[in-house]
Amino acid sequence: MNPAGGESAPVPGRRDGSRPRRFVSDEAWSYLCVGPGLFILVLLGLLPILGAIWLSAQRRLPIFGISEFVGLRNYAALMGDARFWEACRTTLYFTAVSVTAEVILGIGLALLLHGTDESRTGERPWIRVMILIPWALPTVVSARMWEWLYHSEAGLFNYGLRAVGLIQEPINWLGDPFWAIHAAILMDVWKTTPFASLLFLAGLKAVPPDLYLAARVDGAGAWTSFRHITLPLLGPIILVVLVFRTMDAFRVFDAVYVLTGGGPGNTTETLSIYAYKTLFQTLQFGYGSALATGMFLAVLALTAGHMVLLRPYLREVS
Amino acid sequence: MAGGAHQGERGLPMRLRAGVVRAATVGTLAFVTALCMGPVVWQALTSVKPEADLLRLPPLLPDTLTASHFEAVLARSTLVRALANSFAVAVSSSALAIALGGLCAFALARLPIRGKAVILGLVLVTSMFPPIAVISPLYLLVRALGLRDTLGALILTHTTYALPLAIWILTGFFRQLPGELYWAARLDGCGPLRALFSVLVPPALPGLAVAALLVFIYSWNEFMFALTLTASEASRTAPVAIALFPGLHEVPWGDMAAASLLVTVPVLLLALFFQRHIVAGLTVGSVKG
Repeated sequence: MNPAGGESAPVPGRRDGSRPRRFVSDEAWSYLCVGPGLFILVLLGLLPILGAIWLSAQRRLPIFGISEFVGLRNYAALMGDARFWEACRTTLYFTAVSVTAEVILGIGLALLLHGTDESRTGERPWIRVMILIPWALPTVVSARMWEWLYHSEAGLFNYGLRAVGLIQEPINWLGDPFWAIHAAILMDVWKTTPFASLLFLAGLKAVPPDLYLAARVDGAGAWTSFRHITLPLLGPIILVVLVFRTMDAFRVFDAVYVLTGGGPGNTTETLSIYAYKTLFQTLQFGYGSALATGMFLAVLALTAGHMVLLRPYLREVS
Repeated sequence: MAGGAHQGERGLPMRLRAGVVRAATVGTLAFVTALCMGPVVWQALTSVKPEADLLRLPPLLPDTLTASHFEAVLARSTLVRALANSFAVAVSSSALAIALGGLCAFALARLPIRGKAVILGLVLVTSMFPPIAVISPLYLLVRALGLRDTLGALILTHTTYALPLAIWILTGFFRQLPGELYWAARLDGCGPLRALFSVLVPPALPGLAVAALLVFIYSWNEFMFALTLTASEASRTAPVAIALFPGLHEVPWGDMAAASLLVTVPVLLLALFFQRHIVAGLTVGSVKG
């Protein structure tokens, strides 16, 4: 039934029944096709991961010419590293708050877009344009842009809040430990919510309109039909967005690194930033790799958890 | 029918209510649009404000406009060089990713291949690596290969990390094409590769273009690899140039705004021009599976 299945594939041959001369079998072709891609994935993807695990068992300080095997001692040190735990907390907080906000706001925006879609026929491209702008912007650029918006004297935020009378004194958004992490979260939500809403919108469009009609005939209100029709049918997409956004937010680097540099006083230092600084500013390749490997394991655990949730949908794909 | 009578009974209030709902919806949408566009518009405004007006607020809008920030940024070779580097890296990575990813996707979608689950697993895991976890060995590997501070190192890295996305999208596109197309060509005596290029590639061109575009945008925006694998202006890309923007104590905000607009414009144009295809390409995997 599926020609790609192999066994059931018709035997290639000429119409007159004579077999073409084939030097390379189909199966060999398939490995030739996959070969180059797999080679580069293994060389620059898998090998570095194994390399990181190997490095994490070393004490390596290139500037002092130190390189020795220390087994799991880096990991033991990690367990007693207060800065590591602080970075864990920061990363989890960043991930939880931003992903929650993105999913909720994304669904809201999608419903809004879907509502206007129904009331008028045809698609309005400006909506897609507006949605794609934050997404397409280089993260570094958006970080610089928000840094300027958060500027304490000339920033639009302080200006607006003062004009409305909400604050008297300018707030030092990026210099205050409480505000800085939330400033980073707000920027992340701005950048990723619109795109998430596009995915939700695609899901909403796949819901058969008859269902809503039937619900309305049965006397269901807007909330009831949202709760019992939209939400369950949107389930798979919510899961997909949740999984991918969680992974992205957990490994966040450039957005926060450019916006705050991890400051003030390491309060916005995520795991990626801490690992990066350990690796490339203090040049502790061993300890930094232990950090990065620990993070990789955390992502793996997160992913495994997600995979269990996603399994029914993945089976459909492969 | 019942619906007609129902509507006739409460025709006017219903229409009034629908109107209010629609006005509210459109109003909220306009507000959301303003939120999405606001930061970009503000950045554009900053880039044409005279130096003296930059740190003064109010007024929101400057009396005079100036091109001096753009002139300053373009006169310095740093940004121009970085834009050229970014362009070279992004074009090469997307071409490579499409070539390698297309062949992989073809094999996965149409050829008998053992260990499909292993390959898909490897692809998936690669796309889930936090870049930070591979960066130090990758750095050592690139240095050992003598590729540090070259565009080649970035092209290979970007290709690798964009490959999962390319394979994902292209496998979807190849699967969407009817299998008869491919098998008819095979029965006519074409080898797998000739069948791929003569009957599968032409109808899959939109898919190939979307994948190329997404890889281009990924590569253009990528920061961590570009930051660590380059060391000098010779190979720095645009995001790195923006992040390392020179400034002694305070960032020169006008120049920065001009530079960041210049870096944004290429991806923005691509995104706007191909918006319909991008959305279709990105939703193909997540919605239908």
